[in-house]
Amino acid sequence: MTPPEERRLLTPEEYAQAQASPEFVELKRRFRRFAFPMTVAFLAWYLLYVLMSTYAPDFMATPVFGNVNLGILLGLGQFVSTFVITHVYVAHANKRTDPISDEMRERLEHHEYAPGTRGSSGPSVTGGASRA
Amino acid sequence: MPELLAADSATIGSPAINISIFGIFVLITLVITFRASRNNTSAADYYAAGRNISGTQNGLAIAGDYLSAASFLGIAGAIAVYGYDGFLYSIGFLVAWLVALLLVAELMRNTARYTMADVLAFRMRQGPVRTAAAISTLAVSLFYLLAQMAGAGGLVTLLLGVTGEAAQAVVVVLVGALMIVYVLVGGMRGTTYVQIIKATLLIAGALVMTLWVLALYGFNLSALFGDSVANAVEGRDVLAPGAQYGATNISQLDFISLALALVLGTAGLPHVLMRFYTVPTAKDARRSVVWAIWLIGIFYLFSLVIGYGAGALVGPETILSAPGAVNAAAPLLAFELGGTVLLGIIAGVAFATILAVVAGLTITASASFAHDVYASVIKKGNVSPNGEVKVARITAIVIGAISIGLGILALQAGLNIAFLVALAFAVAASANLPTILYTLFWSRFTTRGALWSMYGGLIACITLILFSPVVSGAPVNPVTGVSPSLVQDVDFSWFPLNNPGLVSIPLSFFLGWLGTVLSKERPDEPKWAELEVRAFTGIGAEKAVQH
Repeated sequence: MTPPEERRLLTPEEYAQAQASPEFVELKRRFRRFAFPMTVAFLAWYLLYVLMSTYAPDFMATPVFGNVNLGILLGLGQFVSTFVITHVYVAHANKRTDPISDEMRERLEHHEYAPGTRGSSGPSVTGGASRA
Repeated sequence: MPELLAADSATIGSPAINISIFGIFVLITLVITFRASRNNTSAADYYAAGRNISGTQNGLAIAGDYLSAASFLGIAGAIAVYGYDGFLYSIGFLVAWLVALLLVAELMRNTARYTMADVLAFRMRQGPVRTAAAISTLAVSLFYLLAQMAGAGGLVTLLLGVTGEAAQAVVVVLVGALMIVYVLVGGMRGTTYVQIIKATLLIAGALVMTLWVLALYGFNLSALFGDSVANAVEGRDVLAPGAQYGATNISQLDFISLALALVLGTAGLPHVLMRFYTVPTAKDARRSVVWAIWLIGIFYLFSLVIGYGAGALVGPETILSAPGAVNAAAPLLAFELGGTVLLGIIAGVAFATILAVVAGLTITASASFAHDVYASVIKKGNVSPNGEVKVARITAIVIGAISIGLGILALQAGLNIAFLVALAFAVAASANLPTILYTLFWSRFTTRGALWSMYGGLIACITLILFSPVVSGAPVNPVTGVSPSLVQDVDFSWFPLNNPGLVSIPLSFFLGWLGTVLSKERPDEPKWAELEVRAFTGIGAEKAVQH
């Protein structure tokens, strides 16, 4: 094997610059606007199901067809909603967040966030960026 | 079904067939592990399989890691005996993956190298935070190991015809020794291949049993449910909630506590988090979680049919009186359907499951000790990667030895393994998840907040378990004449719930906030910028090792 490719390290100034950039603010906003409300939603739906199973067992035992009752159908509904949310998240990430993060990574690799420079003569690497 | 359990022996099927099918699995995986080990040269190879596992492969390996003996034996057994309440376990285990997918997987993949502590200590004081993260990693892994070994113990009695405590101990030692070989020789790559093979076998085996059961009922789910109701324990409605948890106010609260631990625990399980570091990019991490969600979800749908099938075709009385009790439901159903051959296959798969999961846990715990405690805290980073891997290998042997010891103890305990795993989830949800979320999303989070949250969550969790009916004071079961607690005849319990999550998880979130607002330490802003930019863009993430 060959040794891992030596990474071009970024300076703390570049990270700060990148973090403050409007595209990064937009990237985080898009991520959070989706991930946070969706997390609240699926946790609430899950807890509602758990609470109904615990405190309203008679309601959950309502027969729907044959021996299949409401509780089992809602339980299967948890499976369906999990699969659907997975799919929606992937679509969201592919369309809304990946393009920004891909472009930013490209620019960071070319040191385009180095303050006052256009990448060619970025400041020397410091210890702060050398970890990992 | 008296013919199942011959009077002179508590085993079912033919031990020779069971052992030979298991032997074939071991042989194949050992060959693959040795071949995989040829490429194991660097620390990234040993810990993270060189980061060139594909998203699809990793998804299968995650499913292999996650679908432990608890999922296969424990959930099917709980559904067979308690019906609906067993089904609730699998829903918690599945929905939990959305937390990992939406909030944790990709960001962790982009930020860390080998262990959970790499992220948690990123912008904190390294020594204390790494130590805390390593301690909680070891705690979760040991709880999980205990569950797997308890499963192995029960299976041995049931399937291999091994009776007598000494002989059973020999089998546990053998399982432990095999697992050490996988980890030492194969490292993360070898372990990953073992997981992939095992997941494939497990899902295929479950598919066969599911189709078989459904075929017997003309693919009419309602008829299957009807039969399991007819065979249920007297007066128990296995289709309605409450058979296991509905009895009292306390048991209802206990169930909510369990549900919370299940849904928040997965994204804090160190051995699951470590799997994200084996893929080359964040997109592969996403792809692997998507695969894992589909595989795990479909598997749990199978286990719903297998569980009710075992309830209907084998019957809860037979299951409960078999060695291994609830955990015996799936093997007994296999025997009922396909005789000794199907039983042998399912038994082999169940053993493979335990072996693979235990190997995954061992590599995680050994990586955490070597990378976080030895290299970063004791040696302050002045250690060659080779020296670090050497320590990891030695730790793997020690952890292997500990889990062999626990396994022999667990033989006598006879707890439901799904329940033991639930305790591991409670520790993960209390000690790890709050700190992971604060670290990734809260700019002001500080070292003190991280330490309070991790130690507070861990100590609260362990203390509450120690003083719960799990350890002492549960009422004596009139059927068996013993209390389900670990300790008999003394009662020092004061916490009424079996699962501590309802208290310890909110407490840990609160302590993380409190520690942060009370600390004078200013958050490390340059490090926060680096963490955020790296997490969201993937810049500076470790690349795949080229071979």
